[in-house]
Amino acid sequence: MSFLREALLVAGKDLRIERRSRVALAQILPFGGIVVVMFAFALDADRTSLPAAAPGLFWTAVFLAAVLAIGRSFAVEEANRARDGLRLSGLDGGAIFVGKALAIAVELFLLEVVLGAAVIALYGVTVSGALVLVCAALAATVGLAATGTVYGVLATGLRARDTLVPLLVLPAVTPVLLGGSRAFAAALEGSSSDAWPWVQLLVAFSVLSLAAGTMAFGPLLEES
Amino acid sequence: MSVLRRYWFGASVVVALGITALFALWLSPPDAEQGDVVRLLYLHVPTIWIAFLGFFVTAVASVLWLVPRTRRTEWDLLAGASAEVGVVFTGITLVVGSIWGRPTWGTYWVWDARLTSTAILFFLYLGYLALRRTGSTAEERGKRCAIAALIAFADVPIVHLSVTWWQTLHQSGTVFNPNNNVQIHGSMAFTLVWAVAAFTLFYVYLVMRRLQLAELEEGLEERELELAIAERQRVEQMVGV
Repeated sequence: MSFLREALLVAGKDLRIERRSRVALAQILPFGGIVVVMFAFALDADRTSLPAAAPGLFWTAVFLAAVLAIGRSFAVEEANRARDGLRLSGLDGGAIFVGKALAIAVELFLLEVVLGAAVIALYGVTVSGALVLVCAALAATVGLAATGTVYGVLATGLRARDTLVPLLVLPAVTPVLLGGSRAFAAALEGSSSDAWPWVQLLVAFSVLSLAAGTMAFGPLLEES
Repeated sequence: MSVLRRYWFGASVVVALGITALFALWLSPPDAEQGDVVRLLYLHVPTIWIAFLGFFVTAVASVLWLVPRTRRTEWDLLAGASAEVGVVFTGITLVVGSIWGRPTWGTYWVWDARLTSTAILFFLYLGYLALRRTGSTAEERGKRCAIAALIAFADVPIVHLSVTWWQTLHQSGTVFNPNNNVQIHGSMAFTLVWAVAAFTLFYVYLVMRRLQLAELEEGLEERELELAIAERQRVEQMVGV
């Protein structure tokens, strides 16, 4: 089986679990929604500050939801000792990593579409530069999911996993938060040319974290 | 290292730091623009140097642990000890920097690229230390922590780049500009170099002591296990009889 097929197999498994258990849909998505509403409360929902802060708030909401999605992705492997099955499956460690990261990325991208719509409606944002928005979102999502997956497996099997993962992931993905927020802000201000360098940074971050994860995942999964 | 030699090393570190304080507080002149506030920099510069040195040593020790040929428990313990010292000194750097910033910039904190990336660095390695504290076997902890340390180390330049872009693209002129070309007075330069050297010695001393403590901790676990096994065997023998 090729690397890509193995990865798709793992991603399909994770997405199928989410489709059937509906944890992402019934818990993580509403969580992102309430965070978006909370920001409006925190900033006194007048129509001037919210649209200006919208890109940063959107990405912060996505990041908080992503922490839950990463935790969920590895909680699934914890139950019924599924991790042992994964280890014994003979699949390539790197392929398992790409598959799990891909599943998280797909979930997060769908979440971003819904939260994006909520931000547009609730914060009074006018959309411009759709192409750069989509590219930035895709690159940021892959970087976030890949880094999150590395730290997810790093903390697997540890007692304090749930509290450890956010502390490890959030500082490490600062470039993604900055890149995503700044690219979105530039695109919404109508200056797409300012946004593209950020998209490049996001792409570079994604590539690096994918490479690091592919190398590190196998050994980490064996140890956990 | 014998107790006596360690004692002498510790004493010379104290003397070196004492001389630093003497030069920094009394013998060097106040700065033409900053006045006495500049004396804080004799603490600020060495602490950030120690922080970077500490994280660099952590990364090197992690690599040495990961390479099978050079794998020894000591490298893992060194990585942890060095990161701990690094985190403490990053914290001190941030606090001293803020105290310096208040009279110089009129505010404790500016979202300047250097400050922001130092703050992120602090949290990155706090996470690493938290990971180290989670109880698992030494071998397992070694692999997790070594990989985490390398990821954190590789992340630092990317964080710095993104934060620098963030500032240069969206804020005109940083607060650093006015002071960039200040001539440094001879005794001020000496104080700074001396301070960096003294703090480097201090770092070596702290890491050595921390390493020693970590080795004792490791030994303690083994001894407790041996005791428990001996106890168990004794009970089994008694029951058997």
